[in-house]
Amino acid sequence: MDILNLLIQGTLLGGLYALFAAGLALMFGVMRFINIAHGDFIVVSAYLLLVAVLTLGLHPLVGIALVTGLMAGAGYLGQRVLLNRVLDEDILPPVLVTFGLSIILQNALMEGFSADSQRVPAGGFDTASLSLGSEIAIGLLPLSMFLAAIGVLGVLHWIFFHTHLGRLLRATADDAAIVPLMGASNAHTFALATGIASAVVAIAGTMLAMKTNFDPTIGPSRLLFAFEAVIIGGLGNIWGVLAGGIILGVAQAIGAQIDAGFQILAGHIAFLVVLALRPRGLFAKS
Amino acid sequence: MADATVPLTKSGFDPAALATRAAIIVAVGVLATAPFWASRADLRMLMEALSFLALAQMWNLLAGYTGLISVGQQAYVGLGGYLFFALAMFAGIPVLWAIPLAAGVAALIAVPVGWLAFRLQGAYFAIGTWVIAEVFRLLAAQFPALGGGSGISLPVALAKSIAQTRGGRETVMYYVAFGIALLSVAGVWLLLRSRWGLALTAIRDSEPAAASLGVDVRRVKFMVYIATAAGTALTGAFIFLQKLRITPEAAFSVTEWSAFVIFIVVIGGLGTIEGPILGVILFFALRDLAADWGTWYLIGLGTIAIAVMLIDRRGIWGALRARGVPEIFATRRVLK
Repeated sequence: MDILNLLIQGTLLGGLYALFAAGLALMFGVMRFINIAHGDFIVVSAYLLLVAVLTLGLHPLVGIALVTGLMAGAGYLGQRVLLNRVLDEDILPPVLVTFGLSIILQNALMEGFSADSQRVPAGGFDTASLSLGSEIAIGLLPLSMFLAAIGVLGVLHWIFFHTHLGRLLRATADDAAIVPLMGASNAHTFALATGIASAVVAIAGTMLAMKTNFDPTIGPSRLLFAFEAVIIGGLGNIWGVLAGGIILGVAQAIGAQIDAGFQILAGHIAFLVVLALRPRGLFAKS
Repeated sequence: MADATVPLTKSGFDPAALATRAAIIVAVGVLATAPFWASRADLRMLMEALSFLALAQMWNLLAGYTGLISVGQQAYVGLGGYLFFALAMFAGIPVLWAIPLAAGVAALIAVPVGWLAFRLQGAYFAIGTWVIAEVFRLLAAQFPALGGGSGISLPVALAKSIAQTRGGRETVMYYVAFGIALLSVAGVWLLLRSRWGLALTAIRDSEPAAASLGVDVRRVKFMVYIATAAGTALTGAFIFLQKLRITPEAAFSVTEWSAFVIFIVVIGGLGTIEGPILGVILFFALRDLAADWGTWYLIGLGTIAIAVMLIDRRGIWGALRARGVPEIFATRRVLK
């Protein structure tokens, strides 16, 4: 069953794309702000895991926890020190500052780690698979990435709808100008949102590091995948990014089946078709 | 407000206006005679600088006056380049005619592409244009006739059809670059002084206010998008004539045709004609200085762009204007 196999592999890949997309969607939802360096932060997380596992000799799971904590803290601080200063009605300053960050990060990684392709070994876990029948095999790593994506989205859902912080984030998303009147600090709320988004970025980046080869230049294309998953899924819907990620992943898997050169193109075309037919996405909340 | 501006009423003798007019004439004169005084290397550098000036004016017109932030104008640089190669090599169009024709075809392609991109707003528009540029890049690699992923060179016979000698070719190509840059600056200036310019300035200052005064905001923005696509493709066609070789990676490079161009405009001063000119001069001076710095040069450029946003987002020209330096290309209307 080639088709079934394609759908399964594409869906599992979609889990990774949903992880890429969740951080982007969260920051846009709360701050109306798009981080152009989003993909580069994913790549930075991958390199941090590389250092934790290969240089410090830590277990990959310990490395993931460490990188996630580090990125969350850096995200909070970065928002407070840099990004909060350029957030206002004008969209150019945040776009430009994060574009500048993207160029800086790519070249700093190039300087520190060279342009060579890297990969973090996951101790045999990355090649192990479950076989279902004779023709379909599900890789343990893609499967656990998909489950991690569902777990992360579940946690985000819980934070948003069942905690005090979530109420604050939703209120800020609705009207950031009013919330300070109720005694909350936007600077702090924005930084918390970026902190959470950066933790998700770290999980996405560390997964990427174990799944495929990476080098300093692959950030921008990860930004585009994340963006496409957000738009396909629809704005303002946490579970929409999972649907968007899966549609993108399946489109890429089908494209790759037709011709190796079509993989990425097929994903972009799926995005453009959704944009043409349903510009608010498939599962947008009004 | 007593500086050099477009007077609504005729005013008398103005020494500042006269001085800036003289400065423009001298600068244009120096550039117009470059093939007679510049060395071969300088001439090549000037051609590149003039190309970047045209790209910067186009991005500035789009972002500075309509607020459309695109990170995907490399789509039109590459499209212009590839269309130029296709028209010159397969349609037999004379090389120098293929350049404007490529721009015209690119403008036609920009109509449906713009329709799609305009379904996204603000920062989403920025990333959407980037996706479209990536689609163009991946599609370009799918045409075996145009060299596929490894690119294609312009046949020697076509290059020689411009002029037989190398010096002659370089002189002709220089004047093409000079013409494109002049067209971009004068075109934007004349546009801003026209009725359209009034609408653009109104949109820049406040979209709802412009709409309430009868400006069809969406239409004006769309027309400017098409016009800048054509100008960008025109420049792209020339850039790849000068390089004599085109590959998908070079044609649709986000660093080269978006990052550098955006940094030039923003560091120089967005929403002014002088800003991109100043930005190009600084960019090339810095590049000369930092030729051996490699990645550190790009890190420095990114840092400067961020610093401009934090310190004074009007850019260097905007900061100078605020300190009383008179504008060179008067586009504002002031009652005297």
